[in-house]
Amino acid sequence: MTLCQLFLQPDAAYSCISELGELGIVQFRDLNPNVNSFQRKYVNEVRRCEEMERKLRFLETEIKKDELPIYDPEDNPDAPKPREMIDLEATFEKLDHELKEINTNADALLRNFNELTELKHNLTMTQGFFDDAISHPVGVMEDVGGEREMELGGQTTTTAAGMKLGFITGVVPRERMVAFERMLWRVCRGNVFLRQAEIPELIEDPVSGEKLHKTVFVVFFQGEQLKNRVQKICEGFRANIYPCPENPHERRELAMGVMTRLEDLTVVLSQTQDHRQRVLAATSRNLRTWQIKVKKIKAIYHTMNMFNNDVARKCLIAECWAPVSELDRIQLALRKGSEASGGGTVSSVLNRMVTREQPPTHHKLNKFTQGFQNLVDAYGVATYREINPMPFVLITFPFLFAVMFGDAGHGILVTIFALWMVLKERSLKDKWRNQEVWTIFFGGRYIILLMGIFSIYTGIIYNDVFSKSLNIFGSSWRVRFGDDTLAKHDSVMLEPTPYNYTRSGDYRQMFSGTPYPIGLDPVWQLADNKITYTNSVKMKFAIIIGITQMGFGLFLSLWNHLHFNHRHAIYLEFLPQIIFLACIFFYLIILIFYKWTSFDGSKATDAPSLLIHLINMILFSYKTDPPSAAVFYTGQKQFQTFLILLAVLCVPWMLLGKPIYRIVMNKRRANYSTVTNHAAGNDSDVEEQHQEEFHDPAEKRGVVLDADVRDTDTEDMLDDEHSHQQHHQHEVEMSEVWVEQGIHTIEYFLGCISHTASYLRLWALSLAHAQLSEVLWHMILHLGLSMNGYGGAIASFFVFMPWSSLTVFILLLMEGLSAFLHALRLHWVEFQSKFYKGEGYPFVPFSFRLLLDEAPVEA
Amino acid sequence: MEKFSISLIVFTVFWGLIGIVLPFLIPKGPHRRLIQTMLALTSACCWLFWLCFYLHQWKPLFGPQISSVDARALKVLWGQDL
Repeated sequence: MTLCQLFLQPDAAYSCISELGELGIVQFRDLNPNVNSFQRKYVNEVRRCEEMERKLRFLETEIKKDELPIYDPEDNPDAPKPREMIDLEATFEKLDHELKEINTNADALLRNFNELTELKHNLTMTQGFFDDAISHPVGVMEDVGGEREMELGGQTTTTAAGMKLGFITGVVPRERMVAFERMLWRVCRGNVFLRQAEIPELIEDPVSGEKLHKTVFVVFFQGEQLKNRVQKICEGFRANIYPCPENPHERRELAMGVMTRLEDLTVVLSQTQDHRQRVLAATSRNLRTWQIKVKKIKAIYHTMNMFNNDVARKCLIAECWAPVSELDRIQLALRKGSEASGGGTVSSVLNRMVTREQPPTHHKLNKFTQGFQNLVDAYGVATYREINPMPFVLITFPFLFAVMFGDAGHGILVTIFALWMVLKERSLKDKWRNQEVWTIFFGGRYIILLMGIFSIYTGIIYNDVFSKSLNIFGSSWRVRFGDDTLAKHDSVMLEPTPYNYTRSGDYRQMFSGTPYPIGLDPVWQLADNKITYTNSVKMKFAIIIGITQMGFGLFLSLWNHLHFNHRHAIYLEFLPQIIFLACIFFYLIILIFYKWTSFDGSKATDAPSLLIHLINMILFSYKTDPPSAAVFYTGQKQFQTFLILLAVLCVPWMLLGKPIYRIVMNKRRANYSTVTNHAAGNDSDVEEQHQEEFHDPAEKRGVVLDADVRDTDTEDMLDDEHSHQQHHQHEVEMSEVWVEQGIHTIEYFLGCISHTASYLRLWALSLAHAQLSEVLWHMILHLGLSMNGYGGAIASFFVFMPWSSLTVFILLLMEGLSAFLHALRLHWVEFQSKFYKGEGYPFVPFSFRLLLDEAPVEA
Repeated sequence: MEKFSISLIVFTVFWGLIGIVLPFLIPKGPHRRLIQTMLALTSACCWLFWLCFYLHQWKPLFGPQISSVDARALKVLWGQDL
């Protein structure tokens, strides 16, 4: 990884950046961090891009409203040239304007249409009222007096008293009708007469646009005051009032006029809709391409905003991090960009820079390793150039998961699920993008696949398929008790020793002496003491694999030290760590293997309890009392004492070693610098060189040959702070080293013991999983399968549903998640604390592909 | 003793082939190192797992405790010959 400077001609800059974006392997640095985003050079272009995006979003919502399909582009459209941008802007403007116009027109037409529809219904209904009134003249207003007979046909009716009646017709929503009536009655003190008729079909309200049931009403009143009151009430209830002529002829003419206008409007409306559809269909074909193009333009201008505009030399200066191996491709891209923008101009220049800063960490990944790298990075991104644990985690994580999950049947289900996701990768990639749970599962499909495959293997070794065992090779155990013994006792324990060790003649060999070839013997599935037996082997295995993994982690730290040329760290940190681990824990592993191979059933009571022996070893107590605590090989006491003393020696070795080394280094440097008498200003650079001279000549070779190592030599960087600090202040720095070393020492030594015990969760979770599986069998599936006859068949059918759903939800999902989490913790804490620093920051290249992939598809 | 070592040899050779021999046969390519690491680690872990279970059952300190009903069934189903 090297820091580069790019000198770009302003005209060529755009196309060069476009080419680099397609390439996607440089990370640009912001050279104007203090500049407000509104004061940057290309802020106008960015604003124009945002405006274009807004218009595209509007077009997209309109297309979605009409439920037209949007076509995804097959190929990746290139970022358009700056001239094309203006064309795109014009196109979007035109489309935007057109669509807005269509929409407003359509709205206005629709409102008109609805009003006319209401008017039409109004006229039809009131026609009915007036007809009724003519045929049955009824005097309805009781309080006026019976002598008045009204012809409810008009505004004026001559009565005996010569009163005039006015009326108002309108349309009101049906649900408000009752309240409307009551209000009218109360306000006008019963002096108005209301008739209503419901409109049978749903009408779209002109104002609100919703479809409602409405009622036509006609209100008759006398006098101006009442008229005002009625009008106010109508307004309050948002009833639409329509004028209705008194004359029947005029009414009929109006009705016919309304019908004609309605027909015309229907035609116009449908034509407007067609036009809209055509515009949107044309747009939908290009929409995605335009969106991609606009995104690319915006990204390019954002990047260009980060550059430094050198006015004097009339060029743009950019700084970027780039992997050294890709420099050729970057040069090629720059040349392409310069040619594309206008042949003949001076091509852009790439210049490598020397820096002391820590570069970003870049791992080359593919779709398979990306998931595992995410798991590691979630804890911490690797420091620049340190060992990436991912290739090892790739196998050990699914393996440890499988040790805890250990059921071949469940493993098969998990593998099938993962295989489906992997084989259907292409089609599933963009589905359900906004469902977070699905994206998590899909992103980890390779992890789940490996977890499933390993689970099948561990399930075979545990001999556990949906809590049942398979007997493929024939068990190594036989029942050789006589029938009378079996009749006398409720349960029998088979004889474990494969030869006659008793003096008496009633020994019968029940164990063949050869273990079951693959995994656990099937007889144990029937045994009451199965758990006691498997506890022993699972715990031992958990300890063995744990200590092995921790030892492996230590060796990775050795590899790190060798790479960074920290020779002192090898002797002062790695050696005490590995010796401590070996003395106590590798010795424990040896004891485990010894016990497995040396003690059989005949010596069962004398078999040593390894845990007691470990505790006694540390406490230096060697009793002979219970046989399980007595020494079991000659020289055990002396050897163990020696091991413990050696282990204890490692503690001060690690605690004091590194700080004392630093003190010695300080003294040497201080002497050397005073002797050679340098000026204060250049001290740091010169001191680096002198510091190099103290180390191996191998380093010097590194300095001369490979420029990259010198550019970003981590050794220089990591020691840089120390040397600077040592140069300035001795006191603070040394105490910091002491404290830090104290913390590391305590963390390591206490951690050794606690992490070893922590690996026992491998046993605990596998036990829990096996027991849950067995409970589901006994309590659910067994009930159905053990019934006889046709009832049994039906019961089996019904029992399958709860069994399968509990298997999926509890055993696969919940236990799977639990085992995943614990395996991850074992890696993050127990394994990685032995060697991993994780203090880097990720390399995020300027890449169009990344940009477009990240954009979530709006649902 | 002989039958014991047959399985031991078979499985050690099997995982040894996968973990030690096969990595040398992986063709050169960008993923060579990764595949080699995967093969070696897989075979180491799987072999170790199998070995622990195999050794633990070689000299058991106690036998399975079976209910008499199951024991009678096993007598019939599995016979008496070891």
